[in-house]
Amino acid sequence: MLKNVALGVFAAVNLSMNTALAAGGGDQYIVNYAFSFEGPLGTFDQNQMQRGLKIYTEVCAGCHGLKYVPLRTLADEGGPNYSPAQVRAYASENFEIFDTELDDYRPAKPTDHFPENVDAGAPDLSLMAKARAGFHGPYGTGISQLVNGMGGSEYIASLLTGYTGEEKEEAGVTLYENKAFPGGWISMAPPLYGEDVDFDDGHANDLVSEAQDIAAFLMWTAEPKMMDRKYTGFVGFLLLGVLSVLLYMTNKRLWAPVKGRKIA
Amino acid sequence: MSGIPHDHYKPKSKGEKWLHSRLPIVGLLYDTLMIPTPKNLNWMWIWGIVLTFCLALQIITGIVLVMHYTPHVDFAFASIEHIMRNVNGGHFIRYLHMNGASLFFIAVYAHIFRGLYYGSYKAPREVTWIIGMLIYLLMMGTAFMGYVLPWGQMSFWGATVITGLFGAIPFIGEPIQTWLLGGPAVDNATLNRFFSLHYLLPFLITGLVIVHIWAFHTTGNNNPTGVEVRRTSKAEAEKDTLPFWPYFVIKDLFALAVILCVFFVIVGFMPNYLGHPDNYIEANPLATPAHIVPEWYFLPFYAILRAFTAEVWVVQLASFVTGGIVDAKFFGVLAMFGAIAVMALAPWLDTSNIRSGRYRPMLKWWFLLLVIDFFALMWLGAMPAEEPYATLSLIASTYWFLYFLVILPLLGVIEKPLGQPVTIEADFEAHNSKPDKTSSGYGQPDATPAE
Repeated sequence: MLKNVALGVFAAVNLSMNTALAAGGGDQYIVNYAFSFEGPLGTFDQNQMQRGLKIYTEVCAGCHGLKYVPLRTLADEGGPNYSPAQVRAYASENFEIFDTELDDYRPAKPTDHFPENVDAGAPDLSLMAKARAGFHGPYGTGISQLVNGMGGSEYIASLLTGYTGEEKEEAGVTLYENKAFPGGWISMAPPLYGEDVDFDDGHANDLVSEAQDIAAFLMWTAEPKMMDRKYTGFVGFLLLGVLSVLLYMTNKRLWAPVKGRKIA
Repeated sequence: MSGIPHDHYKPKSKGEKWLHSRLPIVGLLYDTLMIPTPKNLNWMWIWGIVLTFCLALQIITGIVLVMHYTPHVDFAFASIEHIMRNVNGGHFIRYLHMNGASLFFIAVYAHIFRGLYYGSYKAPREVTWIIGMLIYLLMMGTAFMGYVLPWGQMSFWGATVITGLFGAIPFIGEPIQTWLLGGPAVDNATLNRFFSLHYLLPFLITGLVIVHIWAFHTTGNNNPTGVEVRRTSKAEAEKDTLPFWPYFVIKDLFALAVILCVFFVIVGFMPNYLGHPDNYIEANPLATPAHIVPEWYFLPFYAILRAFTAEVWVVQLASFVTGGIVDAKFFGVLAMFGAIAVMALAPWLDTSNIRSGRYRPMLKWWFLLLVIDFFALMWLGAMPAEEPYATLSLIASTYWFLYFLVILPLLGVIEKPLGQPVTIEADFEAHNSKPDKTSSGYGQPDATPAE
């Protein structure tokens, strides 16, 4: 009896006990947006990736970089899924890279990464969706993250829609009040107001829609292999499940004579 | 191998005899695999296989990761992203390695607590227990150094905090810390030596695992009753035991497959759940994270480390007696290592001559409290260092020491044990051959007897 209790407690608490949840404040207001890539079989929405990329290019890239993301991966399935020609055009039209051999700037090629951008002191966005957690606790138990996921993309979308309009100046820096930001005051001015970007297919470009598109895109830049990973996990689970059933039956049959039972 | 009488390998063909007379390796493998194993082992005896699997998994995935990793402060973080984005299957291999560490520790804690409950540490298995504790210490060292390698914020600041513990040792602390780090602070030299040791230690663990197995193959396995296998004759021994192959191999593999199902769900669908988001930010010596928390498997001992502050009277007393040499920081370090040391000393602290907790009516409850205490400490280690968590940590830490230093020695004297079964066979029969076949440990009994 006791051993079963101990085993059960072990399994349950080890899974829910999570260091990550101890960090971060509880005063953040995070909206639990629904994203297409959530759940065990969720996938990235290709159209949303392309919209997010457009928002990144026209708005975010002004201050932020994506230095870990190779431009060629824009052609990857599951991502924006551009054709090779589109990737070449996108790279050369939007970014210039300093080439040490030429000792000069040249248009970016698919083999380059998105350029780093540190001019405004803004953090790199490559991994932002994994470097922030939207959900915490409660009380260091990890239940919220177990149920809702880590919430990196929810955090980004909530941050972009979380400005209250209040401003204050501290030591010469203007801070903007934001409901999603830990501590409540962020030095980034509201980057999106709604209708910042026009989409060719006329897709909605209100603030909430744009915030979700860029958050989804940044989830892809942070975890480009998410769909592969989920697929591998799913196949692994299925195969191991079948193996478990077979081993269970083998084990039962093997032990039956020892336990004085008849083999069914 | 073990003192339990059983059939040994006999070379039959000419070739076998030729090899056996020169190198009896087949015989060694045969005797290891066919070792008589108590037939009443329950499902808490599967963790050894899980642990062996984890060690293999970590070494194999680790060797592949090393092929693509760059141990340099300027490139380490980027090389991890290279693995995650460009290496074929690299993202999955890395997530297996990351979460493999957690599986390793879940299994080792289950394994240790099984030993504590069923008295597996008691004579004649003290050496097995001590080697196990050494393996556990090496595992903690390996995991800690491995966590530094991605060179994220938690890697850097975790390394800074933990190596800082050595700085708390009076007089020689600072030189030791500098020697460990290879400089005044965590930097490239630290990363390089941690990388080197992170690669080395698993092979030391492998060596110790072999000795661990050798030790308990010499004494024979413990079992849920704690009653020894009868060794007077082979016929009697065979009534208490079954050969490891195929009975326990298949049983353990079934358990391993079920555990791996859960493991693949975590790796596939929530690989960062047990990690910390801050570790996806590159290490920055100029920016300290809001909360520095170790990985979950260190939390119980981290809680003990933090519990003994300068306000605690034991700490004040220690400080007064030693003339200030043992301050609160050093006391915390001593407590943390002491918590593991008292566990390692369990074979000599436990005075009861009954092995299994099953027949110890009082120990049962104290042990259950110890398990709860362990999880409480784990939770407290993740909470901020403020009230009420500080007081709770102190209470929980105290109980940890109380269990090993007071309760275990005392219970042997005051406890009146329940009757143990005479033999393992009797216990096995009682559990499995009930005529009414209600419910019994293993599997599902047939609903309708096949007549």
